[in-house]
Amino acid sequence: MPDTLPADSVGLVTPQQAHFDEPLALACGKTLPAYDLVYETYGKLNVERNNAVLICHALSGHHHAAGYHSMDERKPGWWDAHIGPGKTIDTNRFFVVSLNNLGGCHGTTGPCSINPDTGRQWGPDFPVMTVGDWVNSQARLADRLGIQRFAAVVGGSLGGMQVMQWSLAYPERIANAVVIAATPRLSAQNIAFNEVARQAIRSDPDFHGGWYAEHGTMPKRGLKLARMVGHITYLSEHSMGAKFGRDLRSDELNFGYDVEFQVESYLRYQGDMFSTAFDANTYLLMTKALDYFDPAAAHGGDLAAALAPANCPFLVMSFSTDWRFAPERSRELVDALVRAGKPVSYAEIESPHGHDAFLLPDVRYQAVFGGFMKRVARDITRAGDK
Amino acid sequence: MRADLKLIYDWIPQGARVLDLGCGDGTLLEALGRDKDVRGYGLEIDPDGITACVERGVSVIEQDLDEGLTNFEDNAYDLVVMTQALQALRRPDKMLDEMLRVANECIITFPNFAYWRHRFYLGFKGYMPVSKSLPHAWYDTPNIHLSTFNDFEQLCLDKGLIISDRAVGNGDHEGSWTTRLWPNLFGETAIFRVSRGKPATD
Repeated sequence: MPDTLPADSVGLVTPQQAHFDEPLALACGKTLPAYDLVYETYGKLNVERNNAVLICHALSGHHHAAGYHSMDERKPGWWDAHIGPGKTIDTNRFFVVSLNNLGGCHGTTGPCSINPDTGRQWGPDFPVMTVGDWVNSQARLADRLGIQRFAAVVGGSLGGMQVMQWSLAYPERIANAVVIAATPRLSAQNIAFNEVARQAIRSDPDFHGGWYAEHGTMPKRGLKLARMVGHITYLSEHSMGAKFGRDLRSDELNFGYDVEFQVESYLRYQGDMFSTAFDANTYLLMTKALDYFDPAAAHGGDLAAALAPANCPFLVMSFSTDWRFAPERSRELVDALVRAGKPVSYAEIESPHGHDAFLLPDVRYQAVFGGFMKRVARDITRAGDK
Repeated sequence: MRADLKLIYDWIPQGARVLDLGCGDGTLLEALGRDKDVRGYGLEIDPDGITACVERGVSVIEQDLDEGLTNFEDNAYDLVVMTQALQALRRPDKMLDEMLRVANECIITFPNFAYWRHRFYLGFKGYMPVSKSLPHAWYDTPNIHLSTFNDFEQLCLDKGLIISDRAVGNGDHEGSWTTRLWPNLFGETAIFRVSRGKPATD
């Protein structure tokens, strides 16, 4: 909790809600009859309405990307390091929109919402969402906010997939794309980790086929395990080693199975916190959206062909020790964009922090990312001068 | 703009697709894009150069030239430019092949080791040359494959390449009568414009 808000913070923010009555056709064949999207905005939309930046969140993210909900909030939004006055995404220049995606568990319509057809919670009946479905719903939110074209759409990890999808589905509505620590499709290993997470959740006796709310339970053990496995993939071997090494909680070995090593304690703590704060059905759904994303599939695996509709400049960034979506995966995207003749810049940021690096401050990361956003801002100013 | 870049700028035609290997801060590509509708990419490994390019709106890809150009397709470009990087590569000859695989023509600049001041350093003083174009000491220089104007010409001849233009300049890349008469002696920087020979199909 800050006593006073930092000068480069967007300050106190209040989530807003947009209700949509127009049914949304989904990739799975089902239709969402009506839904709510929860979102936050930072900065001001200019008169020309051309300074909007959309933030797309990752697996366990949400709409609260920057600032504080109250003076009692312990930590600011998840991307506060990069969004604020004078920061990488400068809210003195940009109008930033950040939403919670459909299927989420932070206020947007999802498995915890009431299914109007049954009067019960959707639970496991909530349709499996795809990145394409999310982007379609985001476009409707843009319509609602009076944004015809985003100055930039920005996202890391699963958020980066949404950015790619924007450039393909709505090329006329995105002026610049920033894809960070992402991949154009999951590898078998990525899907395997997701499957372990899903099995952990689904095999928890408290899961009840996804109807745990009706049973008055929560599959906390499963969700905890899922998060522990996921968390390992977010960190690098180096960063775990540097943080915990082989440190013990007490001075000696106990020859038992309670927590002994600090890394065990850390993972259990992370898992425990997550298991009470996140919804299991949402976690399952988000991992599926990751698994399914593969724009090249419809083009016989030719990613360059799939990228043909894109017509905005891309900035692609990866992190040297990210082994979840390693630099090679970003290179796949960059090489395909080059083959397709699209404008793209690529930087591989040296960082010890693994996949999590995209969330953290870093001098070079901010220099490249900030440089790109400065150019985006300059283009807006020039458009205004004409 | 640096004098050698200005010369290259003049050589590159309107609307060309260009790859700039070791593009630095993107000055050349920015000017070409702005004035001549040139499209393409810069390759760079220096973090500050990459940031400068990104801020200018020049497409730049972080890529080590020693790893080749395998991510670029045959004949995908009209021209490949490489200024002051050839001598720092592990295999300059193979890079020349790569450049002329992705484009029919390339423009290359490098420090001429046979420049009279360099000869003087080595021949009379007995030390490795240090000059405006070769500012490093022998132990920390990135320039691991120094060559002369004549050496490069010979390499092009051996490979059956066509040299369509060549020029030399002093440190400020200004030409004079001495450099025109004895380029290998009086040229500090060499600039070659090279294209593929006739295809060996017959």
